[in-house]
Amino acid sequence: MMETGSTSMVRARGLRKQYGKEASLVRAVDQVDLDVARGETLAIMGPSGCGKSTLLHLLGGLDRPSTGELWLAGQRIDQMSERGVAALRRDAVGFVFQAFHLMDELTAVENVELPLLLTGRSARKARRRASDLLDQVGLADRGRHLPSQLSGGQRQRVAIARALANEPLVVLADEPTGNLDSEATLDVLRLLDDLHQAGQTVVIVTHDSRIAATADRLISMRDGAFVDDTRLTGGTTGSLSAFAGLEG
Amino acid sequence: MGNLLLIRRLVARDLRRRPAQAALLLLAITAASATLTMSLVLHDVTSNPYEQTQAATRGPDLVAQLGGGPTFSTGSGGQHTGAPPGAHGSGPRIHVATKTQVAAQASALIHMRGVTAHSGPFLIAGAVLKVRDLAVAVQLQGRGQAPAAVDQPEVTTGSWVRPGGVVLERSFASALGVGVGDVVTLNGRRYPVVGLAVTAASTPYPNLCFTGGCQGSIPLYTGTIEGHGNGLGWVTQADARFLAAAAGGPPSYVLNLKLAVPARANTVATAYDNAHQQPGSPSLMSWQTIAGGDALLVTDEQQVLSVGAWLLGLLAVATVAVLVGGRMAQRTRQVGLLKAVGATPGLVSVVLLAENLALAVAAAGAGLAIGMLAASLIDSPGAGLVGTAGAPALTLSTAAEVVGLALTVALAATLVPAIRAARTSTIRALADAARSPRRGTGLIKISARLPVPLLLGLRLVARRPRRAVLGAASTAVTVTGISAVLAFHNMGDQQRFGNAAGLGDPVISRDEQMLLVITVVLVALAALNAAFTAWATVLDARHATALTRALGATPGQVSAGLAAAQVFPALPGVLIGIPLGIGLFLAANGNPTATAPPAWWIAAAALGTLVVIAGLTTIPARIGIRKSPSEALGQEA
Repeated sequence: MMETGSTSMVRARGLRKQYGKEASLVRAVDQVDLDVARGETLAIMGPSGCGKSTLLHLLGGLDRPSTGELWLAGQRIDQMSERGVAALRRDAVGFVFQAFHLMDELTAVENVELPLLLTGRSARKARRRASDLLDQVGLADRGRHLPSQLSGGQRQRVAIARALANEPLVVLADEPTGNLDSEATLDVLRLLDDLHQAGQTVVIVTHDSRIAATADRLISMRDGAFVDDTRLTGGTTGSLSAFAGLEG
Repeated sequence: MGNLLLIRRLVARDLRRRPAQAALLLLAITAASATLTMSLVLHDVTSNPYEQTQAATRGPDLVAQLGGGPTFSTGSGGQHTGAPPGAHGSGPRIHVATKTQVAAQASALIHMRGVTAHSGPFLIAGAVLKVRDLAVAVQLQGRGQAPAAVDQPEVTTGSWVRPGGVVLERSFASALGVGVGDVVTLNGRRYPVVGLAVTAASTPYPNLCFTGGCQGSIPLYTGTIEGHGNGLGWVTQADARFLAAAAGGPPSYVLNLKLAVPARANTVATAYDNAHQQPGSPSLMSWQTIAGGDALLVTDEQQVLSVGAWLLGLLAVATVAVLVGGRMAQRTRQVGLLKAVGATPGLVSVVLLAENLALAVAAAGAGLAIGMLAASLIDSPGAGLVGTAGAPALTLSTAAEVVGLALTVALAATLVPAIRAARTSTIRALADAARSPRRGTGLIKISARLPVPLLLGLRLVARRPRRAVLGAASTAVTVTGISAVLAFHNMGDQQRFGNAAGLGDPVISRDEQMLLVITVVLVALAALNAAFTAWATVLDARHATALTRALGATPGQVSAGLAAAQVFPALPGVLIGIPLGIGLFLAANGNPTATAPPAWWIAAAALGTLVVIAGLTTIPARIGIRKSPSEALGQEA
C-alpha cells in the first residue's frame, strides 16, 4: 500500500469515473484533483447529475474510479482490495445518505450498533455506544422505535449517529437534508455543526447554498469537473448562527 | 367471456415474461406426477407374465408339500423388503412322516374332489451349493427326464436334467452369477449346470418358501447354513436321492395339482390346511399365493415409487410456494391496476391462481406421458418368469389421481398468497410498495453475539421467516429421502454381506435402482430449489447487503452471510429429515428388527447436504454482490 506524506485526510489526483463507451461515454467525474485537510468541512455543490454524489461515493470507497489516484487517511484506496476498502469504510468513513438507508426491520439503536458489530465489538459494548450516540443526537427515548415510527428528521439523526459509531476519520454526507422539512433540516445542521466544531472532517454534497455557507470551503461542480473552489469565512469561525432564517 | 379472455391474456403474458420460473414450476410438478404415474400404472403388471409362465410350464393350481418337513409359506404381501435373515416365514417345524404315510397323503390329495391332474410327488433334497466363494442353501427337486404333466419347468437356456447335471432356477442362477456350463458343488459333489429354467410352481429366488421357511437358517441335518433366501434347482431323481441321503433327515416331497376350477385354489388350500393341522400333515400353497410372491419385484417397486411420489409432491409444494411468493411480490402493481379498473378480489384471485393451475395441468399431462414411458422401461417381471408385461394401461382413475396431485400441489402453494394479494389495498398495490421485511426480535438479539457472517445470515433469515420455513421444509423432504435410501441400502448390505452367502437380491437391487433414481430427482429438484431460494434472498436483500457493505462489511462476509441465511433453515430441515427418513423406512418396511444405517453415514449425509446448500448459495451470492454498494444503493433509493 502506498502512502503519501501529505497531511490531507482525503487526497485525489486525476480522479475520473466514466460509464459506457464511445458515443455513449459519460464522464461522471472528470479529472478531479482534491485535498481535504484534517478537520475541514467541505461542501460540494452543483446541479443535479453533475457528479457530486459519484465523487462522494468514490471518496468513501463505495465505488471504484476508472482512473486516477485516491488516498484516504494516507492510504491509497483506488488499488486496494475490496476487503481492504471494506475495512477502511468500516473504520475510517461514516456515510450519511439523503435517503437515510436505515434497515427497516431494525430499531434505531440496532441500526446504530450495526457498524460496531461489524468491527467485532461485543454486543454489550456496541449497545452502550449506540445508546450514547442516540443520546447525543437527541433520540435517547427513541432507541426502540423502528424507522417507520420515526419522522424524517429523526431518521436522519439516527443515520448520523450510525455514521459516527466507529469514530470515523471523515464523514461523507450526501444531501443529508434533501428529504427533510425546514425544522428537521435545522436539527441535522445543528448536528453537523457540532461535528464541525469538534474538528471532525466532513464532506457534504448539497444543493442548498445555505448549508454550503456553513462550510470552511465550497467546491462547485459542473459536468463532472470542479469549476470553482472557494474558501469561506463563515466556516470554522462561523456557526449555525450564520445560517440565516433558521436560527431560533 | 370477457373475464376469460382477460385471464387468458394475463396468464400468457406473464408466462412469456418469466419463462425460467414457469419452467422450474413445471419441472417440480412434472417430477411428482411422473413418479405417481409410474407407481399407479405398474399395478398388476406381473399378472400377464405369471399367466404366460403358468401356461408355458403347465403350472399347478396347488402345490402340496408332503413328508412332514418344515411347512412352507410365501414371501408375498410386500413384506420382503426389510425382512432380515431368519425373520421371514413360519420357520422350520420338523416332523417325521414315513414313506407309507406320504404315499397315503399323496393319494388322498390326488383323489380330492376337483383335482383333474397331478405330477409327483417329487423328492426334495436340501443342499449347500458352493460356487466361487459363495455358499447358499438350495432346494433340489428330483425329476424325471420326461416332461411332467403338471409343472414342467420351462428351460430357457441349456437342457433339462440329466444324471450328474443340475438345472437352476433362472433368477437364482442370475444372483449366483452362473450359467450353463459352470460347475457348482452340491453337498460337496461337483455338478455342471446343464440348464436354466423358470417355473410357476414356486416363487423365484429370493422368495422361495419351501422346506425350511423362506429365508434364514436352513436345517440341512449336515449342519446349518445362514443364507438370505433359498435357491431352487432340479436334478434327476437318482441324484436327488443321493443328495437327500447326504443331507440326512426325513425326506420331503412336493405334489403338483391341477384343479377343475383354478380360481378356487386359494379357498381349497385354506380349507385343507385348516382341516389338517396335525403334525406331519401336508400343507398346500395356491397359485394365487405363488403369483403374489412373483409380483414382489414389482409390488416393492410400486411401494418405493409411491413413497417417492409423496416426497416429490411435498418438495414440489415447497418449490412452488417459494416461486409463487416471489412472483406475487412482482405482480403487486398488476393487482393494483386490475382492482383500480374494477376487478373484484375474486377475479384477481382467479387471475393469480389461473397461471399456476394451468401450469399444474400441463405438468400433470407431461408427468402422465413421462410416467407411462418410464413405466414400460421398469415393468420387467424379473428372471423368475417368462413372457413380458403388457403395456402399462392408463386408466381414467390414474389420470384423475395424477391431475389431482398436480392441482393439489399448485393450490396448496398458491391459494393463500393469491387471496392475500387480492385483499391488498388498491392504493398500496398501485404504489408497488415492497413487502416490508419482518422483524424477528429474538433472532436479531441472538445475532448480535455472533461473528459477522452469522450475524448477517441470521438477520436475513429473520427478515423472511416464511421463506426460511419453506427452505427448511424442502431440506427436510430431501434429507428424508436420502435417509430412507441410506437405511434401505444398509439393509441391502446386511442381507448381501451379513451372511455367508453374500448373494445379491434382485428385489432389493430393483428397489435400490428405483430409490436411486427418485433420490437423484429429489436432490436435483432440491438443488434447483435451494439455488432459486438463494437467488430470491439475494434479490430481496440487495438493499440490506449493499448498506451493510457501505457500513464496512467485506464482500466475503456478505457472501458468507447469504450462504448462512440458507444453511440456518437447512439445519432444522436436516435434523427433522433424518429421523423422518429412518422412520419412513421402518414404517414402510414393517419389520421391527430392521436397523438404522450407521451413524457415520447419516452424519456424512447431513454434513454433505449442508455443504451442498452452502455451495449452491455461493454462486448467486457472488453474483449478487458484484455490483458496487454505490450502484446497489442508488437503485434501491
